[in-house]
Amino acid sequence: MSAISEQKIPVLRELEPLLPANEAVIKDRIVSSIYQQAEAICRQAVKTGKPPVNLDARLDGILTSRWLGFPIMLLLLALVLWITITGANYPSQLLAGGLFWLEEQLASLFMAWGAPAWLYGILILGVYRTLAWVIAVMLPPMAIFFPLFTLLEDLGYLPRVAFNMDNLFRRAGAHGKQCLTMCMGFGCNAAGVTSCRIIDSPRERLIAILTNTFSVCNGRFPTLIVLATIFMGALVAPAYSSMLAALVVVGIIMTGIVVTLFISYLLSRTLLRGVPSFFVLELPPFRKPQLGQIIIRSLLDRTLFVLGRAVVIAAPAGALTWILANSFVGDVSVFTRLTSWLDPLGQIMGMDGIILMAFLLGLPANEIVLPIIIMGYMSAGSMLELDSMSALRTLLLDHGWTWITAICVMLFSLLHFPCGTTLYTIFKETRRARWTLLALLLPLILGILTTLLVNQGAGLIKL
Amino acid sequence: MTVNCHIVSTEPGKDNPTVRNHFIIALAGNPNVGKSTVFNRLTGMKQHTGNWPGKTVIKAEGTFYHRNRRYTLVDLPGTYSLHAGSADEQVARDFICFSRPDITLVVSDATCLERNLNLVLQVLEITSQVVLCVNLMDEAKRKRIQVDTEKLAQELGIPVVGTAARSGQGLNRLKNVLGDMVDGKIVTSPRCVVYDQELESLVQQIEPRLAIYMPNWVNRRWVALRLLEGEFNLLNHIPHNALMDYPRGEIKEDGALCLL
Repeated sequence: MSAISEQKIPVLRELEPLLPANEAVIKDRIVSSIYQQAEAICRQAVKTGKPPVNLDARLDGILTSRWLGFPIMLLLLALVLWITITGANYPSQLLAGGLFWLEEQLASLFMAWGAPAWLYGILILGVYRTLAWVIAVMLPPMAIFFPLFTLLEDLGYLPRVAFNMDNLFRRAGAHGKQCLTMCMGFGCNAAGVTSCRIIDSPRERLIAILTNTFSVCNGRFPTLIVLATIFMGALVAPAYSSMLAALVVVGIIMTGIVVTLFISYLLSRTLLRGVPSFFVLELPPFRKPQLGQIIIRSLLDRTLFVLGRAVVIAAPAGALTWILANSFVGDVSVFTRLTSWLDPLGQIMGMDGIILMAFLLGLPANEIVLPIIIMGYMSAGSMLELDSMSALRTLLLDHGWTWITAICVMLFSLLHFPCGTTLYTIFKETRRARWTLLALLLPLILGILTTLLVNQGAGLIKL
Repeated sequence: MTVNCHIVSTEPGKDNPTVRNHFIIALAGNPNVGKSTVFNRLTGMKQHTGNWPGKTVIKAEGTFYHRNRRYTLVDLPGTYSLHAGSADEQVARDFICFSRPDITLVVSDATCLERNLNLVLQVLEITSQVVLCVNLMDEAKRKRIQVDTEKLAQELGIPVVGTAARSGQGLNRLKNVLGDMVDGKIVTSPRCVVYDQELESLVQQIEPRLAIYMPNWVNRRWVALRLLEGEFNLLNHIPHNALMDYPRGEIKEDGALCLL
């Protein structure tokens, strides 16, 4: 009884002689008394009739079966993404058309007023154009993806995923509940990190916190979906393009899960050694989803929340990027100076300086990485109107993008530092600067190595 | 066997509803019993609900008005027990015990009541001001499970309300019961878990000695049982002197994990 011998608390000093040594046995006796009485009460108050055919159990038998569990999981994921990619295309173009028509109107309004060129530059070419782009490209996929994901959540599918993955996580030396926190991370990494509180053991909880960033979050899904659509989709016949794009995004997500397992394995063998603890996971009954609720909640809570965050951060970032790109030291703009300094590193990683700059400026929110890349390219000369995905494709191709570039950007989007909010949450949860630093460096180093390998490997076999 | 159940009757303001018009209700329950749905229905708030255990990790608060009284509802993390094994269990336990809510509303799943009652019995060991909401009555009916809420109320000695929160069924009654409880119209006589003779006699010895070390509102029988289990950390949350006290509704948030 080490706790007693500390003698900090006077009451314990007095009671010590009374307390028996077999605490664990007493705990068991207390628990079993409570159970017995709960049972006795239930005998009085609950009558069970013959239950109807148990559809839940049958469905669970299929969804969590050894052979079908994983394929069904992947299929559902691919289906959700395919619906998103196919469905988002048309509204995206419509929105972009509308927003850029509005830009022209605003431009002529500025002309009529005789506004100075720098004001027009900052407000229209900087702020408005970035915002229009964020909304046109990100809103439609989110408005389709989030309700579908919420639907799966409401049905009760996520615990089945955790059940399927439990064994893998345990083999990686992590806690089975980590799968739930990982799923939470697909929504938002900051929320995922907070949800790690459901894991009891500090060791396993830290593993879950440190690997949460490998779940592709809401802020990164749109980037992945857009890049997959315009680059991967173009590799095959149009009929299959959205299917391939969906599969590529599934591939990136799966890469994230594999990395999660791999890093969990490494951590549990090195820094955070220990034996995985057992836990009981309850498979909740499937429930009839509340469709109205799902649509309202996922649109308001998720879609508008993510979009709002993107807009709030993208507006000043758009202005900043424009200012950087239009202030000159000598005859080279500040933006170009900064990006050309990053360029060598970017090049060996299959990307370029502007892309790396965008990831750095995107620290507050992953949502704005792609908009900043576009801003960067547009300010670097070619001022084309971005009114559709194909225009975006042309812009990126003009700046030397290949599908290898797209893959590297997608991989780096999966594997770089967590966003500012997530880092802050990690610090709040661990209360240690060094774990926060590790959470930053671990994915970053991994991302640099991975893109380096992919790019150099592709160069070697001359793809 | 006769057992003295010291259910703590509280400080002066509490039994006099004319003095106070604002009440705190803690919302406890097993994971995935629709606690957040009950929370949203009562407060009209739109907290995200999801069909999976462990969704609510941190406390959420909301207010509602009923019969001219203001209620603050605190949604606690879903737990199977109050044994303080994990951070979320501890958040729930500490709030029920040390923040002294006016009422603890336990939400339970009608389709697996037996397991849910474990938590109810544990809450009843801490406080007598408990209302049980048997949720998912619609689903139980579908599974041909009949829950006799009156019998249950009799057995537990506390008000029991059957609800189907997703369709809003039974929630008005629930509000009325909560109102009657803070008005003092409902007096509970909670069922007390009786342990084996050896444990009970140990409790009888320890309980009276605790009196001078902690304020009156702390349930000493419950503390005695926890000490017997070796849970000494509990004492860090309790003022170490009967005359020392801290205001109700306040508690140190201690969800973060600390490693060496």
